[in-house]
Amino acid sequence: MSIDLKTIKHISKLSRISVDEKKAEKLAGDLNSIFDFIEKLNELKTDNVEPLTSVAETTLKLRSDKVKSKNLRDQVIKNSPKENEDYFVVPKVIE
Amino acid sequence: MSDITKQSLSQLVENIKSKKLSSSEVTKAFVERSEKSKELNTYITEDYANALNKAKKFDEKPNLDLKLPGIPMAVKDLFCTKDIRTTAGSKILNNFIPTYESTVTQNIWNEGAILMGKLNCDEFAMGSSNETSFFGNVQNPINKNLVPGGSSGGSSSAVAAQLTPITIGTDTGGSIRQPASFTGTVGLKPTYGSCSRYGIVAFASSLDQAGPMAQNVKDCALLQEVISTYDEKDSTSIDFKRNEYSKELTKKIKGKKIGIPKEYRVDGMPKEIEDLWKKGIEYAKDCGAEIIDISLPHTNYALPTYYIVAPAEASSNLARYDGVKYGFRAEGENLIDMYEKTRSEGFGAEVQRRIMIGTYVLSSGYYDAYYLKAQKVRKLIKNDFDQAYKKVDAILTPSTPSSAFKIGEKTNDPVSMYLNDIFTVPVNLAGLPGISIPAGHDAKGYPLGLQIIGKAFDEQNILNIAYAMEEKINFKNNITDWWIK
Repeated sequence: MSIDLKTIKHISKLSRISVDEKKAEKLAGDLNSIFDFIEKLNELKTDNVEPLTSVAETTLKLRSDKVKSKNLRDQVIKNSPKENEDYFVVPKVIE
Repeated sequence: MSDITKQSLSQLVENIKSKKLSSSEVTKAFVERSEKSKELNTYITEDYANALNKAKKFDEKPNLDLKLPGIPMAVKDLFCTKDIRTTAGSKILNNFIPTYESTVTQNIWNEGAILMGKLNCDEFAMGSSNETSFFGNVQNPINKNLVPGGSSGGSSSAVAAQLTPITIGTDTGGSIRQPASFTGTVGLKPTYGSCSRYGIVAFASSLDQAGPMAQNVKDCALLQEVISTYDEKDSTSIDFKRNEYSKELTKKIKGKKIGIPKEYRVDGMPKEIEDLWKKGIEYAKDCGAEIIDISLPHTNYALPTYYIVAPAEASSNLARYDGVKYGFRAEGENLIDMYEKTRSEGFGAEVQRRIMIGTYVLSSGYYDAYYLKAQKVRKLIKNDFDQAYKKVDAILTPSTPSSAFKIGEKTNDPVSMYLNDIFTVPVNLAGLPGISIPAGHDAKGYPLGLQIIGKAFDEQNILNIAYAMEEKINFKNNITDWWIK
C-alpha cells in the first residue's frame, strides 16, 4: 500500500497540523516505510480473536459523587496563553 | 566526605539516618556535581536554590523515620511538579507550570526526598535516543557523542553520571529499560496499574508506566516501594497488596524457573548480545535457577502492533494541545488556522509523525484494518506470556539488540530507531513488569543489559532474581568524568 500526498493532506487536516509541500513529501516517505513494516500483521489470521483494550483486568471502581476540589478558576486559567479575567480567549469564531 | 556522589542511595540513606551526613551536605554535593556537568545536558530545569533551602530546613528538624530522608533527587520532566515548569521535552509546553503534583512524585516527597530539577527526555517520551527533545541531545556519560537511550535519556545519564542518587522515568515501549541498558544502570518498568499515572504527561495511556532508575537493584527496590501505591485519581490504578520490596529483597532464588524464549534470537542480532545472553543464563544457573526453553510465538508482531496502538493513543491524548488552555500558541487568521499553526510549530517532527500515524489508523475506513487488528494481535501477544507463565516464574532476555549508538546515527530512519525496542515492547503490550540490569560490555566497552520479565504484580520476584544475578555479574561501570573540565 502507498500513502500519497493527497492522503497526507487529509490526515494533516484531521490532525490539525499544517504541512507544506516539502513537509508532506517527507511525511509520505516516512509513513510509507512505517506502514510497510506494520503490514506484517496481515500475516496473522485474527478473525476469532477478541481485541485487547486494557491489560488491567479489573472493573472500574466507583467513587462517591462528591466535590473534592473547588474554586480552581485561577489555577485553571493560570497557564492560558491568552485570557481575559475569567475566560480563555480564542480568535473570533462567530461573524 | 568527598565522595558523597559516589555513594548509592541506600548508603546515603543509612549515612543520613545515622547522622554521619546531613541532607545539606548530600544535596550540596549533588548540586555541585550537576553544575559541573552541564555539558551532558541532562537538566531541562534546575531547582538547585530551592533544593538547598529544603535540605537546610530538613536538617533543622530531621525526620529520620522516612524512607528517603533529605535525599536530593532530579526527576524526568514528564512528571508534573507543582509550581515547577514541566515541559515533557516539548516546545508546546515550554512555559507550562503545573498547579498540581503527580502522585508518583508526591509519594517521593512524602518520604522526605527533595526535588533538584527536571531531567531531559524525548519529546512527549517519543523516542529511543533523547534526540527528539526540544531542549537538545543528552550525552551518555559512558562516552562523548553517544546517545543515553530514550525516552528517559536525561534520567539514565544523570544516574550513571551520579548527578542524582536515583531517579524516576516512564516506560511506554522501553523508555526506562533501554536507557538503563545503554548507561550501565538498573531500570524497572512496573506492572501496568502499579504506579499511578496521575500527573504524568500522557503518551499512550494503555502502556505508560512510571518506574525507578537506579545504580543498583537494592536502590531500585526501595524507590519502587515508595512510588507504587493505589491511587483513585488514576482509573487504571490497581488495588493489590504491594510488597515492601526493599525489605523483602533476597538473593535466594534457588529453584526459580526462568524461561528463555527462542523467538528473541532475532535475525542480525550481534554476536556479543547472543554471548551476553548465554552468560546471563549461566549466571542464573549459578544462582540456583532452573532454565527452561519457552516459546513466545508472536514476538515478531509486537513492534508493528505497538506502532499502531501507541500512536493511536498518542494522537488522541495530544489533541489537548490546541493553544487555548495552556502551552504555546501561534497566531492564526481564524480558530482552525490557529490550531494548525500552533501544533505545526509547537510539536517536533517525531511527535507530528506519530500523531499522523495515529490519526490515520483511527480514521474512517481504516480503523478495522489497523487499530482493531492491532488490538487482536495484542491479545495474542498477551496469551503467549500467559501460556509461558504456566511453566516458568520469570523470563530472561537481552534488554536491547545493540549497545548505545552515536548521536545522529539513526535520526533519518524511523524504522531502524523503532527496532531498538524490539525486546522491551512486548512487555508493555502485555502489561507486565520488566527490569534491565547491566550485565557486561561490548567490544567498544559500552554497557549491555539483560532484561528479566515477570508475571503481573510479581515485581518482588524479578527484583530478587536481579539482585541475585547482580552479585554474580559484579558489573562495574567505566565512567571517566570526561565532561568535567
